[in-house]
Amino acid sequence: MNLSASRRGFLATAAGLTLAACAKPPTPRSLTIYSGRGENLIGPLLKKAGDELGLEISVRYGNSAQMALAILEEGAKTPASLFLSQESGALGALARENRLLGLPQDLLNKVDARFRSPRGVWVGISGRTRVIDYNTTLVKPDELPASIHDLSGLRWKNQVGWAPANGSFQAFLTAFRLLEGEDKALAWLQAMKANGAKTYPSNAPIVEALGRGEIQLGLTNNYYLYRFTAERPDFPVAHHYTRGDAGALMLVSGGALLDSARDRQEPALQVLRYLLASEAQTHFAEATNEYPLVTGIPIPAGRTPLSELRPPAIDLSQLEDLEGTMNMLTSAGLL
Amino acid sequence: MTRTRPWPAAALAAATAITFVSLSLPLVYLLQRAASIGASDLLATLIEPANLRVLANSALLGIAVAAFSLLIALPLAVLTTRTDLPARRIWTVVSILPLAVPSYAGSFALIAAFAPRGSYLQLILEPLGVTELPSIIGWPGAIAGIALFSYPYLLLTLRTGLGGIPAATEEVARSLGLSRRATFFRVVLPQLRPSLVAGLLLVALYALRDLGTPALMRVDVFTRVIYSHYTLSFDRNRAAALALMLALMVMALLWVEARTRTRAAYFSRRGAPGRPAPLIALGRWRWPAVAFCSTVAFFSVALPAAMSALWVWRGISSATLPADRFARGLDVTSNSLLVSGAAAIAVIAFALPAAILAARAPGRVTSAVERFSYIAFSLPGIVVALALVSAGTRYFPALYQTLALLIFACFVLFFPQGLGATRSAILQLNPQLEESARSLGHTPWHALREVAIPLVRPGLVTGGLLVFLTAMKELPATLMLAPPGFDTLATRIWKATEDVYFAEAGLYALAMIAVSGPVILAVVRRSGWAGGEWRE
Repeated sequence: MNLSASRRGFLATAAGLTLAACAKPPTPRSLTIYSGRGENLIGPLLKKAGDELGLEISVRYGNSAQMALAILEEGAKTPASLFLSQESGALGALARENRLLGLPQDLLNKVDARFRSPRGVWVGISGRTRVIDYNTTLVKPDELPASIHDLSGLRWKNQVGWAPANGSFQAFLTAFRLLEGEDKALAWLQAMKANGAKTYPSNAPIVEALGRGEIQLGLTNNYYLYRFTAERPDFPVAHHYTRGDAGALMLVSGGALLDSARDRQEPALQVLRYLLASEAQTHFAEATNEYPLVTGIPIPAGRTPLSELRPPAIDLSQLEDLEGTMNMLTSAGLL
Repeated sequence: MTRTRPWPAAALAAATAITFVSLSLPLVYLLQRAASIGASDLLATLIEPANLRVLANSALLGIAVAAFSLLIALPLAVLTTRTDLPARRIWTVVSILPLAVPSYAGSFALIAAFAPRGSYLQLILEPLGVTELPSIIGWPGAIAGIALFSYPYLLLTLRTGLGGIPAATEEVARSLGLSRRATFFRVVLPQLRPSLVAGLLLVALYALRDLGTPALMRVDVFTRVIYSHYTLSFDRNRAAALALMLALMVMALLWVEARTRTRAAYFSRRGAPGRPAPLIALGRWRWPAVAFCSTVAFFSVALPAAMSALWVWRGISSATLPADRFARGLDVTSNSLLVSGAAAIAVIAFALPAAILAARAPGRVTSAVERFSYIAFSLPGIVVALALVSAGTRYFPALYQTLALLIFACFVLFFPQGLGATRSAILQLNPQLEESARSLGHTPWHALREVAIPLVRPGLVTGGLLVFLTAMKELPATLMLAPPGFDTLATRIWKATEDVYFAEAGLYALAMIAVSGPVILAVVRRSGWAGGEWRE
């Protein structure tokens, strides 16, 4: 019968492809990377690194936390030797389970001590900031809040968007707790809730809602806006930074070597060094709208330089205490 | 009816045993994980009021979505199989197409169109003084947002059910003096019960496992709680305990379903189902009927497609959509077709034996297979993905992160869609048909292949199509289990939205809708499936 013949052909093709795709044993010049950083952001760089270093790199892209979970579940048999994470929390989770190898000091030293693991098991590569975005037609510049505490005021009733379930927001709240204490952080959450803060599932919908004027201010990350303005130059939203409080927190994306690479660290280290060299760092400043974390790399004009940002002074490794943050969000009825 | 064993029982049982072991993997994994937290801790997690409250939210959402889907799917099923609706074949395809719409595009489109301020509807109404619309955010948005894109599960199983009811049954009812309406409610609907229940279950479970739409509509659901424990506190054991709570709730639901399941016969005494019911002339109702079909299609297909097209257009006009994305789209599309096609075939190959056993020789094992499959379908994708990461690295390292394991993951995730449709079709088949074939000297295999399978083919095709369309959208397992560098349309859409590349997301969303349409059309054509033409 016609149908079953074509089906058989299809099955044979599927089986053939399956066999062809079977895992190849690693060679000294090959490595597998798990990347929580998006392919659009880091794919071109990794391809270039492979070509220039003569490495055969295969990359699995996914969500940082889910990649970390897969590594935990795979145990020592993980095919990955290098993990690139969008957030320090996923790196911290692997560090807690002793799945990361110590990094050479010279590599760590390229980056300010604020932006790497105090135990020396992961290093920051690029940074994004928390920021307050505002609708430029609805908010006058002189009305902008000086501190995140102003957001619970009457002027902003029902006008602020936030994303309590989002990882970056939770990193922000964790920083808030560390800087100002549990009581103040909880009080702020409750005041914001009472002031009608609107909940969004993640950052992009906040920026999108700002563009429509559904809200006037949004607690978000700095790089989302650039994606909107790239496609719609007249998009009526701009950045505003508070000074020295958790509202201007630096979120660090970084890299770490996995314990599975203990006996063959070199390829993974080479890629990590490549990402911290000035060419890659400049790429982060210009192409992905992030802050390069290696000192001395210039950033595009018109962007607030890192030195003027005044992110809060905080030990990023302590941002790993998300459990406490989740408990606080739950008790404030926000999760 | 005498219960004989007309089937080559050993082979069917062997195939079903393989299915049983496969489907139990996620549950075994969850039990192992949950067992490693202490009993008192486990109990505290299970009875934590905040958790129970969110679990109740999820249950309510599942029920509401199932009910709303019924309001959409039942009229559509009757209109497209039993009436002289204008352009019926087109409506048949269009009414199934929402399954191919990525839920992200779907709910985003609803918000862009109907959000209180700055949405298209509000901008249209602004000259009339409407500055703010009533909010769709919340329960109404969540229910509509899920139901509009999952009702085809119910529609497809209902179509199979309607097609399996012979015309004679209804004609007898009419000749005994029942009105058309009474015939529908007292004869047709009861006959539809197995397909109705199978479809409602699929829709409700789909609602339970959905993460994106409730988040966008700001309704807190249990899937979110489970995800939070995985991805924020990295506490796999407690997350497993919570996932077990969800599994327990689904088991309770299935238990209720099993209690109400009867041993009723859904086949006719006459043997082969015979000719189909004649089409009902809609008369002056034809335009309201078309209006109904158009309304559903507008929200569930046209709006998200237009939204995606708008994103692509913005990308092209602002030159932020690289030209190589179009070529890559073709590669990725063929990957999607390969995985989804293979998953559909695998599911049907194993659902058929399980369904035959479940319908003809119901027992503990067959009902366990059914239940396990529904539980695996209701669990958040990340749970099943991690279970297979764990099993893959431990037991099949050679297959880990190969296509084979990815297809196996789809098999575990989407088995009940194949099983439900197949089982309902077999229940409508008179077992005496196979018995007669055997008494005429056919071997059991021959009787199965030449008599039974052709008659239940609509059910198999429906099940295969359901699996195919759902596997097209599979994300968490694909991200973790696909070979490195192997992308599907679903992973591409996710990556693009994650990095806020709307134009690219729109492109792949359009591709997904565009390739699913012809597949649905081919299935409709090939199986002579547009109602009234069931048996060529």
